[in-house]
This record gives sequence, structure tokens and C-alpha cells, in this order.
Amino acid sequence: MTAVNVSELPATELPAAARRLRDAGGRMHMAYARGRSDGQVEVRYLAELDGNGDFQLWRVDPVDGELPSLARDIPLLGWYEREMRDLFGLEFLDHPEPVPLVLHEGAQPATPPLLAQADPAQPMAFRAQPWTLPEVPEEDLQYLPFGPIRADVLESAQFVFFYLGETVLHYYPRLFFKHRGLEKRFEGLMPALGAVLAERVSGVGSVAHALAYAQAVENACGCEVPPRAAWLRTLLAELERLYNHLHYHGLLADATTLKVGNAQGRWLEEQFKQINGRLTGSRFLRSLITPGGLRRDLEPEWVHDAINDLRADIGAYLDQLADTASHLDRLMGNGVLPLRLALDQGATGPVARASDVDADLRRDHPYAAYHAQSLEVGRSQGGDALARFEVRTQEIYASLDLIARLLHSLPRGDVYAQCRPAPEAQGLGWAETPRGALFYAVHFDAEGRLARVKIKSPSFSNWRVFPFTVHGTDMMDYAINEASFGLTIAGCDR
Amino acid sequence: MPFWTMFGLAQGKATTRWPDGKDHGQTGVVGMPRYHPERCVAHCQACVDACLPGAISAREAPDAQSGHIEIDYGRCVNCQMCVEHCPEGAMAASEDWAFGVRRREDLLWQRAIASEAGQALGKAVRGFKRSIHIRHVDAGSCNGCESELQALNNPFYNLHRLGFFFTASPRFADLLLVTGTVTYAMREPLKRAFEAMPEPRWVMATGTCAVSGGTNGPTYASGSGLDGVLPVDIYLPGCPPNPAAIIQALLVMMKRMPQRVQGGRIRD
Repeated sequence: MTAVNVSELPATELPAAARRLRDAGGRMHMAYARGRSDGQVEVRYLAELDGNGDFQLWRVDPVDGELPSLARDIPLLGWYEREMRDLFGLEFLDHPEPVPLVLHEGAQPATPPLLAQADPAQPMAFRAQPWTLPEVPEEDLQYLPFGPIRADVLESAQFVFFYLGETVLHYYPRLFFKHRGLEKRFEGLMPALGAVLAERVSGVGSVAHALAYAQAVENACGCEVPPRAAWLRTLLAELERLYNHLHYHGLLADATTLKVGNAQGRWLEEQFKQINGRLTGSRFLRSLITPGGLRRDLEPEWVHDAINDLRADIGAYLDQLADTASHLDRLMGNGVLPLRLALDQGATGPVARASDVDADLRRDHPYAAYHAQSLEVGRSQGGDALARFEVRTQEIYASLDLIARLLHSLPRGDVYAQCRPAPEAQGLGWAETPRGALFYAVHFDAEGRLARVKIKSPSFSNWRVFPFTVHGTDMMDYAINEASFGLTIAGCDR
Repeated sequence: MPFWTMFGLAQGKATTRWPDGKDHGQTGVVGMPRYHPERCVAHCQACVDACLPGAISAREAPDAQSGHIEIDYGRCVNCQMCVEHCPEGAMAASEDWAFGVRRREDLLWQRAIASEAGQALGKAVRGFKRSIHIRHVDAGSCNGCESELQALNNPFYNLHRLGFFFTASPRFADLLLVTGTVTYAMREPLKRAFEAMPEPRWVMATGTCAVSGGTNGPTYASGSGLDGVLPVDIYLPGCPPNPAAIIQALLVMMKRMPQRVQGGRIRD
């Protein structure tokens, strides 16, 4: 079991500690702020020295609401610092991009909205203002703001292209149109209701969010989950991975204009969603995971045969995609993400593994029943859209095998053990979603209600990375590259 | 490329004929819980306390006939918490997911239904019998509704067969299909999309978030759905509504299917 080692750090020592972490090959996972019960705001950095050790949690007190920015040494922290500036009113000195991120230009909350004294239900004043866009010197450059409402059924975001003919010189995604203030919404809830909300942060990651949340609560309160619940949670997580990965294969085939390839991916996704519905009552596998285990037992034995019936179809589909030259041609060399960039900007999940990052929370920091399962972590050195496609293909096969083994070794017994909230407790939970590393940090108040919930979604990480693979590439490659990243916006925006 | 054609043909036909026949593809999928007021007991708050979106509230003047609670299915996210927490079995799990209605008040539970049938109401849909173009706008969803809307064009549901098409431009759209809570940042873009549509035009609030804000609050940023933002012609709660429920609501809007929900329950 991975431990979380907490250490206090004075603000003045923060930059040196960050550089030591970086130089030792360590990674930063996230940073967040929270209001303590004494009214002060503290900032927490979640770091990891090597792939399978313990997590380190640094607690730092800002001085007069200010901290040194670490974004020049650890670039991925740039977004976390901007988020804390927007939501807590903290200032990060010498920040390379000191502009709003989560709250749009023109948003005027009376008080920084995540501070305790801010009214949770009071809508903030807003008058839209132009984005703070990067300065682009060329005079005859064309400017294309695309969105927030885009073609087809898609999530809302605005993508700004600065382009010259076919070449995109600079790409700037303006996200957080969908920011719902969900972290504030968690405050004051009892833990069981928090799970219902966590399932609705990112619909296609319902299991992963509920799981990471429940594990954070269980870690905080010292609860043990019965083995059968742990097994079934793992089964649900892998079923979620399958329908998501098949969806992204279909989406990618659509981008390379393979109509039948698109239809077949969507058809397989639909068949898995129907299995989900029959198994759990929810096509998104909702209403099961809760702190302490599962809300009710499942009888999943028939899933083995149902998936076996699809196995040949899946194999034929994946083989056919991997054998279609026109598909592979459009993926090769498209949207290259070098390893160094993936690490610096914080890529995660299949995107990171396709750039040779050897990281998977299921193996490195096992949770649920993953400790009892051997897991082949797919990886590629290519770094391009083809590599991302291949990693997802490997993960589909790995999930199918894992599900078969889970169903074979499913323990009997209870699926729920009472998990009482512990006053003033705090805990960290994590899950490897279909899109990568998800973290939940939970803090309880004196009455055992949620006082602060921080969500670090994988798409928050990968949206930060994605533009670096677009700058200087061709416009006609863009849609394929975006599809290969497999990004959601709801989880990122929260 | 010929290989893909052969591959596709070899797969055979995947498309359902639903709403003809029974194969809606939602076997086992639970919907809104059914209320049994006769089992409901006084001074019990179990379901009220278990309801995150606040769909259930205690009745100010309880009476034994109509039960002790008020239920707004426009706020329900079918999370089943009330079903699990009710000690008396007054909230029962059901497969009632086809919840598209023309009037918001049809989503409020009522014992006696005095009003006229919902399908008789609403704007007449003239000249749009068999071909409707839909502009979807995500106004701050969890992406669950989008996932189900995207599923509408998979080979199983194949929405085109019923004459519904998604279109890129609001200028070509007859129906604005809105998902999400209408966040502060999406409010203006959403209104502009509506204003860009030619008349006559319809608006469908898809998913509990668009109907009422759902579990999301309201917070400083989330908004509370479409009421007060745009005139809504059809409400479809559900978290998310499954593809068959979306098809049903579209057909109800077109008067190609009767509205079955009144007084917060399916009337057979």
C-alpha cells in the first residue's frame, strides 16, 4: 500500500525543493489550496520521487497570500498556480503566464469563490472580456477562433488557431466554459452523497471518479473495503476502460474518414454500454461505488460469456484498423509528443505511455484489487498519434484478459463495510482512468462533513500538454491529433 | 478500402426498429423511482436527506392521501439513493426512463391529474413532419449526455432512419438541443445560438442539468438549467437520459408518439 508522507515546508525553501525533485527525476502530480479551520489558506503539492515509491505531500503556508511560482522549473505547475490564483486569490510571484485560467476574463466573484467565506450559491458577476492571447508578431497571420459551440455533438471550448496557409503557427485552447464550481459543491456534504456527485464530474469517467473519491474517504477514515467489493470495483473500472477505448478508436477512424471503422467502433462501444446497463442498471456503471464498498452486490458471472461473444469482433476490428494503410498513414508522425515534453508538461495515461513514460497507477500504486493482478502496461516509444492508437489497442486486450481473470477469482462475501467519517480527517485517493491519473484529496470538518475536495482529472493534465503537439503542424492533421489524445472537457473544467 | 466494405457487410444489420417492437436496447437500465404514497409515513426524512439534487422535499401540509413528500422529477438524477434509504419501500426502482414532457409541471408528482393530456399542448409542429435538424449545445454538462447523444448515430439507434439530423449551423436548425447546467460562461453563447436560428424553432432541455441544474448546485458558476434563459418546448430529465429516452422525447415533440408522463409518472 502506497503511503502519503506529509512534510511542512517554509515558502522560502519551496523553489529549492522543487528543483531537487526535478533533478532527481521526480514528478509533481498536482497542487491545490485549502482553507484550514483556523481561517488560513495553505497550499499542498503532491510529488513522487520515483515510479513506485510513496507519495510526498508538501504543506506550505503562503506569506501574505503570496508564494514563489514553480512554473519555470516544473512547467506543469503553471496551470495549478493559475487555478489557485483564480479560486483562492493567491499570488504566485514571477509566474510566466499570469493570466486567468479557470475563471474567464471578466468574471468578478465578490470573494475568491473557494474561500470559506464565499457564498456557495451566489452566482458571480460576469461580463465577457477578450481572452488574454499570446502575442503573435507576424502581420499577415490569420486568426481563427473556433467555438465554444463547434460542429457536431461536442463539448464546449474555444480553440484559437493562428495560422498561415496550412500551417498552424500557434494554437490556444480556451477551456473552462464548462466550469461548474463542483469542488465548492462538495463542501458540506456527507460522504455518501459526495459519491453521487463524484459520478457526475465526468460522465464517461463515472467509475474512476467515484472510485478515487471513495478511496480518498476510506484512506481518510481508515476504512477497509471487503474483498468482493474491491474485486467488483476493479471489474467496473475495466468495463469503463473498454467502452471508452472503443469509443476513441471509433472517433479516430472517423477523423481518418473510415466510415465503417467509425461505425464498428461505435457499435462495439454500444454493446459494452448495454452490458453495463444489464449488469448495473446504468450504462455508465453509476450508483454502485460508495465509501466502504458498493451500495449493493452484483451477479456478474454472465458478463464472462457476453464479453467472450464480442472478443472475436473486437479482435477483427482492431486487426483491420492496424492493417489499413490509409488510417496508419494519417497517424504516423502526427502530433508528436517527445518524452521530455510529456514529463515537463505533465502528460498522463495512454498519451504519456505512448511517449515512453512508464507510469500506470494500477501497477505503481495498486488500489482496489489491482494488487492481486499482474498487469502488462502498454507502452510505445513513438510519441505520435499512431503510438497512442497502439497503446489503447494493447490496453483493450489487457482489460479483456483482466476481466476474465477477475470473474474467475471473484471472492464471496459482503460488499459493504460501515465507513464512518472521521472529524478533521484528510485523505488522498487515486485511480488510473481510461484517460490517465485521477486524484481526489478530501478534507473533513469537525462534524464529519466534507470541507474541501480537490479533483485532479487526467484531462486537466493532458489539455495542458496537447497544444505543444499542435504548434507548427498542419491544419489537416489537427482533428486526427485531437482524436488521438482522447480528451474530455467536463473533467478538466469541473 | 474494399476490405472495409466487405467487413461492414459481413457484420450484418445492427439497427433496431424501435420504437416499433420492443428492442430499445435498455434492458435492465433503471429510470426514475416510482412513488407509493400509501407506504409513506409521517415525520420520516430519509429520502429527503438522501436526495442530493433536492428533488424530494417534505410537504408543508402533509396528508395521508398524497403522501408526506413532494417530488420534482425534473430534478431527479435517478441515483437510486431514495430507493435504498426509504425504510418503507415507498420509493421503488423502475425502468421508467422515457420521461420526455412538454410542460415542466408534468414532472411534479401529483395524485390527481386534472389537466388535459400533455400531448394536446404545445406549439403545433407544422411543415416538419419527417425531417428535423438539430443543433446541440453543451452548456456545461458532465459529458454523459454528449456520450448518449453521440450514441444516437451509432449503428444500433441510427437516428437518421427517423428523420432527425444533427447540423453544424444554428441557421439550418429547427431544434436547439441543450445539455448542461448553463454555466455563467455558456449563457451568452447559448443565447446567441438560439437567436441565430430561424423561426419556428424549438428548444429541448436534455438531461436533468438542463431541466433544473441537477446535482450541481447552483454554485457561483454552474447555473440552474434553462428556465429563465430560453423558452423550453420539451423537457427530458434523466442522468443522463439514455438514447432511447432521447428518441422518445424527440418523437413526443413531433407528436409522432404520445406523451406518457403526467403528474410525475408514466400513465398507461
